[in-house]
Amino acid sequence: MMKLYLLSKKVFILVFLFSGYIAMAQSNKVTGRVTSGDDGTTLPGVSILEKGTTNGTVTDSDGQFSINVRPDATLVFSFVGYTSQEVAVAGRSTIDLTLLNDITSLNEVLVVGYGEVQKKDATGAIVNISSKDFNKGVLTSPQDLMLGKIAGVAITSNSGAPGANSTIRIRGGSSLSASNDPLIVIDGFPVDNVPASGDGSIAGVPNALASINPNDIETFTVLKDASATAIYGSRASNGVIIITTKKGKEGKPKFSYNATVSISSPIKNMDVFSGDQYRALITELAQTGISGLNPAAVADLGTASTDWQKQIYRDAVSQDHNISAAGAFKNVPYRISYGYTDQEGIVKTTGFQRNSLNVNLNPSLLNDNLKLNISAKGSIMENNFGPDGVIGNAISMDPTRPVMDGNTEYGGYYTRLNGGGLVNNSSTGNPVAMINQTDNTSKAKRFVGNFQAEYKLPFLPELKLVANAGIDQTTSDGHNYAPLDAGFTANTTGVTQGRKNDYSAKNQSQLLDLYFNYVKEMGDHKIDFTGGYGWQYFYRENYSFNRNFDETIINSAARTNKSENYLVSFFGRLNYTFKGKYLLTATLRDDGSSRFAKENRWGLFPSAAFAWKLKEENFLAGIEVLSDLKLRVGYGVTGQQNISNNPYPYLPIYVQSTPTGEYQLGYNLDGTARFYTTLRPGPYDPSIRWESTSTLNAGIDFGLFNNKITGSIEVYQRKTNDLINTIPIPGGTNFSNFLTTNVGNLENKGIELQLNATPIDTEDLTWKIGFNLARNVNKLTKLLLVKDPAYTGINAGFISGGVGNYVQNQQVGYPINSFWVHQQVYDDSGKPIEDLYVDRSGNGGTVSGNNLNRYHNQKPAASILMGINSRVNFKKFDFSFSGRISLNNYVYNNNLSSRGYYANLYKLDFFSNVPTAINDTKFNSAQYTSDYYVTNASFFKMDNISAGYSFNRVFTDKLRARISLTVQNAFVITKYNGIDPEVDGGIDNNIYPRSRSFLMGVNFTF
Amino acid sequence: MNTNKSKIFLSAVLAGLMFSCIGDLDVTPIDPNQVTAATVFNDPAAYKQALAKVYAGFAISGQQGPAGQPDISGVDEGFSCYSRSYWYLQELTTDEAVWTYDENQIFNLHYQNWTPSDLLINAMFSRITYVVVLANEYIRNTAGSSDAELMLFNKEARFLRALAYYHGLDLFGNMPFVTEADKPGAFLPQQVTRAELFAYIESELKDIQDELGEPKFEYGRADKAAASMLLAKLYLNAEVYLGAGNKKYTEAITELNKVTASSYSLSPKFLDNFVADNDKSSEIIFPINYDGEHTQAFAITQVMINGNAGNGGWSGLRATSGLSDKFTVPSDYRDTFAKEAAGQSREITAINQSKEGYGVYKFRKFKKDGSDGFTGDFPNTDFPLFRLADAYLMYAEAVNRGGAGGDLTTAANYVNALRTRSGEVALATITSAVLTGAAGLDFILDERARELYWEGHRRTDLIRFGKFTGSAYLWPWKGNTPDGTSTSEHLNLFPIPSNDLGANPNLDQNTGY
Repeated sequence: MMKLYLLSKKVFILVFLFSGYIAMAQSNKVTGRVTSGDDGTTLPGVSILEKGTTNGTVTDSDGQFSINVRPDATLVFSFVGYTSQEVAVAGRSTIDLTLLNDITSLNEVLVVGYGEVQKKDATGAIVNISSKDFNKGVLTSPQDLMLGKIAGVAITSNSGAPGANSTIRIRGGSSLSASNDPLIVIDGFPVDNVPASGDGSIAGVPNALASINPNDIETFTVLKDASATAIYGSRASNGVIIITTKKGKEGKPKFSYNATVSISSPIKNMDVFSGDQYRALITELAQTGISGLNPAAVADLGTASTDWQKQIYRDAVSQDHNISAAGAFKNVPYRISYGYTDQEGIVKTTGFQRNSLNVNLNPSLLNDNLKLNISAKGSIMENNFGPDGVIGNAISMDPTRPVMDGNTEYGGYYTRLNGGGLVNNSSTGNPVAMINQTDNTSKAKRFVGNFQAEYKLPFLPELKLVANAGIDQTTSDGHNYAPLDAGFTANTTGVTQGRKNDYSAKNQSQLLDLYFNYVKEMGDHKIDFTGGYGWQYFYRENYSFNRNFDETIINSAARTNKSENYLVSFFGRLNYTFKGKYLLTATLRDDGSSRFAKENRWGLFPSAAFAWKLKEENFLAGIEVLSDLKLRVGYGVTGQQNISNNPYPYLPIYVQSTPTGEYQLGYNLDGTARFYTTLRPGPYDPSIRWESTSTLNAGIDFGLFNNKITGSIEVYQRKTNDLINTIPIPGGTNFSNFLTTNVGNLENKGIELQLNATPIDTEDLTWKIGFNLARNVNKLTKLLLVKDPAYTGINAGFISGGVGNYVQNQQVGYPINSFWVHQQVYDDSGKPIEDLYVDRSGNGGTVSGNNLNRYHNQKPAASILMGINSRVNFKKFDFSFSGRISLNNYVYNNNLSSRGYYANLYKLDFFSNVPTAINDTKFNSAQYTSDYYVTNASFFKMDNISAGYSFNRVFTDKLRARISLTVQNAFVITKYNGIDPEVDGGIDNNIYPRSRSFLMGVNFTF
Repeated sequence: MNTNKSKIFLSAVLAGLMFSCIGDLDVTPIDPNQVTAATVFNDPAAYKQALAKVYAGFAISGQQGPAGQPDISGVDEGFSCYSRSYWYLQELTTDEAVWTYDENQIFNLHYQNWTPSDLLINAMFSRITYVVVLANEYIRNTAGSSDAELMLFNKEARFLRALAYYHGLDLFGNMPFVTEADKPGAFLPQQVTRAELFAYIESELKDIQDELGEPKFEYGRADKAAASMLLAKLYLNAEVYLGAGNKKYTEAITELNKVTASSYSLSPKFLDNFVADNDKSSEIIFPINYDGEHTQAFAITQVMINGNAGNGGWSGLRATSGLSDKFTVPSDYRDTFAKEAAGQSREITAINQSKEGYGVYKFRKFKKDGSDGFTGDFPNTDFPLFRLADAYLMYAEAVNRGGAGGDLTTAANYVNALRTRSGEVALATITSAVLTGAAGLDFILDERARELYWEGHRRTDLIRFGKFTGSAYLWPWKGNTPDGTSTSEHLNLFPIPSNDLGANPNLDQNTGY
């Protein structure tokens, strides 16, 4: 069999060569160069075929070709990922051609877990997007490259800070208190999607993915349904994103340099009162004696007029440089790239710098039987976070005060004093002082390296053995300092303390995968089996030490915490194809996690999927309009073991107190108090086990009009059982009042549509449109161990303003994080009436004090998300845009609720500025739980618009270039009255605003 | 042959690798601050550290001062501190204090308008059951030891459990009941009645009373006097806990006599009990300890000192005129109010007006000699849960209410001792006649307010005197009206919190909720 195959291959080559000789003999020579319509770079490896013959060639590493054809011949240019073009020779001897990318190509190879599959043979809900379709102008956050491009993948940047993290949710998330982040696999290495802060985060590294240079990324492949993800078993419940970086190809070295310069500026500031307006407001209110305002207060007003927001924001200039070399050194294809990014934030002093080096080597040895993939990515990231809370302070700071008042105690910065001449420590810290006196920076280093060897047994070529070993390590060091005279660091007495907070962290993960792949074709049957074993180890260490600047007072004692966990897995996948049109995939993974007790440690996660290539059936062959049709249905179970930050939730563990959490019992011999480090038994659940999610997915892939329109429709239902959730437990039964345990069920249902169309496709003009739509509905179906109809739910959505106020909760029958608020009563003119809410419980009394009067009012997640993007290529010009529509995502305007009330104006003997929107409510006191603040924040966002022009020749034929102009975050259409309608989690308070950026880019290849 | 051998070798290596890796899944903590329960007591020093945690359960909110590794969750860590939520439920529900900021449904306390889902009620309940579980674990781990010191620790843990249960008895009445026999796990504790819990606490305290340390044996630790104080409180309030007619005033006097006969003595100055070095006061029988450096929490002394109105702090806490009007003698050294001179006014027209209502400058961060106790944000000031002055006034009340074993002359002497402390300008003394009859009870209640205000006694006192709910006594904002209005009697008990009701179907809600 094998010999036959080899033989047929040789015969083919012979025929091919022979026909080439024939062609040469009878015709004239045509030469030329093929370039990419995407970026103007040359395309090596494009196959060129004389139509109707077997005469053909391929372009060399410079994209050059030479072929002898008949003068009246038609040449067919084709290349994977690009639309084939037919060009009539018409007697010409030179034909330069630009090939346009084919968004809809079905011949692409999709990278899936532990292997790859041709897109046309895929049985699961898998979407991929490659570099040519990426969003333009993305400098730091690789997630944003695919923003809005894939149905069901919602990406929300946490803030506009440089290097900020993004929250990625695939189909809405399947967990409640366990992680909802998808698994991210970089070049075969599963890395944890580290959150920006809180449990599991790395101090000083807000976005772990930002260590990857977006310029090095070749494709994102998103595995959405369980049949596709189940091979990753334990970490796959929230989908999988596979990132593949660019690799070298055989041929002459190809160099590329690109540079981007950008200017970013704030889009919108919070509307607050100016100095004069504020004085007028206070004077007016003092006449009515409102909220402690009186003539004495008026006399206390300052005379300056300072726009504090203007003081802290700037137009930020950023630059980005990348240089790469790709080719082959002898038999070793390589790609080496270096990137430098220096991004300034729009808040003064903030910024992100990255130096990255990426090396990929892909040699083939032993007659191509041994293929090696060596990949190393290193980066150094430097963050300047700026002062915490400065954005909120710039909104609140008294506009009647100057920036500097010439004092000598507080660096000259205006500082509000108390009656005793010391700092009023409740007052708003001077934002400019905070900017200039804070040193809040971190430096992080990350290395991801892996080595993959793929060995095809010479005596059994159907069998491949693969070993993949790797390491991912991030270390960070950071500090947050402020000098002793910083007015904003005063203690409760009013004495400034300064600040000296140091921290560091180290995260490491090691990986070993061993698997084999066996492919065998027998007549109509094809079997492709993969089986193997995986081992991964995670280690986390962090350290922090907080004290005042001169180190005389310890605020939080030096402490190092360490933890580790392991995952061990056995997995297998069978792809069975019958007659090339009936496709069956079955996977099974057995996962062991060190987070669970021996009895519950192993989880078995099966999946099966079936696909039917309908178009290949005879009864559809005659329908010309329909160029492709495939039905898919799949079912699978995936797991979740990523439970908060406790790697031993099943073990009873005693924890020592920190040196600030000791307790005095008696005295030492010298009469000083004797303090004891305390030992606390921690809550544990000996029977905690896997959370499992079962997903049923059905999809249709279709192509119309010779695949000028392609698309897919997916419907799915996802049920999570044994939800890992932190719930109230019966008092007296464990060492806390809440316990992380398996309880509750969650259901997600949704539908997704992905459409790509090429309405125009000619030699000079191409126009492509992409559209996607996703609707996901989630609902908690069980929450507690016992059913209690009177139970109002688990509080969530804690807000700023006061202490412990919250506006969301988790309750059976409602989407997760539903807003849970009081129903505001309005007067005839539509103005909300202070303190008047609908008594929904009928209990009377103070309506706002009774939680039974609260009701579930909307949710932060959008009901429908759409993405729309388009690209036009006209000759050497290209133009593209990408935007998103989000419908019925609700936001609680916490900036307004926590500031917009009169009692806030002159509280604790200092003035606070408030949003001018206070005029809409004229509230005297805070109305935190009013549904007035829950607003529909539907939006359309034009994420980016880009235009470019390609030069095929710059000075010499060797040098080509493309210049481009990109606007990021171009405009937003929304009715939401806050700064930005896109708020992760739905509670809008004091986030670093996203800026609008203009980028100019230039790219050279040679 | 050769290839076969190498294949076998390779397979063996692979198999070995895989199985050794499966062994990797057995992990134990590598954190230097963590140790498993199975090995923690291999170090004998751990016993006192674990005992210190049971004590600290009343004081601070978690393992990291002032916040960061909370013992309980679902509520702001600082608000949830045992001492703070206890104080809030005991004081903010009365005439003694209001809080400026509408957060955590705190105004419901002022209005006597609370609901089972109010965070502070949930927090208090959880703190009580948490200390009980901590104590149970400790009692289990030290049970049957032949070591005398360990057995003393064991008895102290039982005292602390009884103290927590006493707070549960007083605030919630019918508590879920667990002892050291109930190991942590997924089970549903049974609810006991108030009477059953009363009997349990009484028997526990009687059982351990004589085995606790002698009075003052070590500062901060429960001694025989502390047990007597707790028993005396149980007995003095027995008619509330068990129903009218269940008089145990004689038993109360018996216990109070043990306290007054002990080595505790009044400190020369009233304020010595409320300053940064109040651990040196001779009067404090059982404190909840704080230290600006070592024991940090957003707990009650920190809030009373930094959150008080009229002294430049958060201006959260003020007194209603119901309290400040009780100080009719201008020279009363117990009057620590921050009044008009500090920018405060007597009347409260709205709870959220921080300048309305007098500030209270009773608890201080300064030392007795006036020097600054600590320069950070957290005071050294301990919270005196039991002190001798309380015992004196309880004695007078028990005698008035008919208890045997005491007499009015001694009672008057005790009251006068409080009014004429050696280091203070003396107040007018009273005669024993002042302490008799209904008028005597009124005087004692008011005297308790003047002496013990802001020390967490007020709600219990008002209930015992029938003045907490109903219309017998009104103060500003009781029942959510400026002058106060009558409230329903069922509010004498807090509701079982919704979190626990939802989690434990064995619990029945208290009457009226």
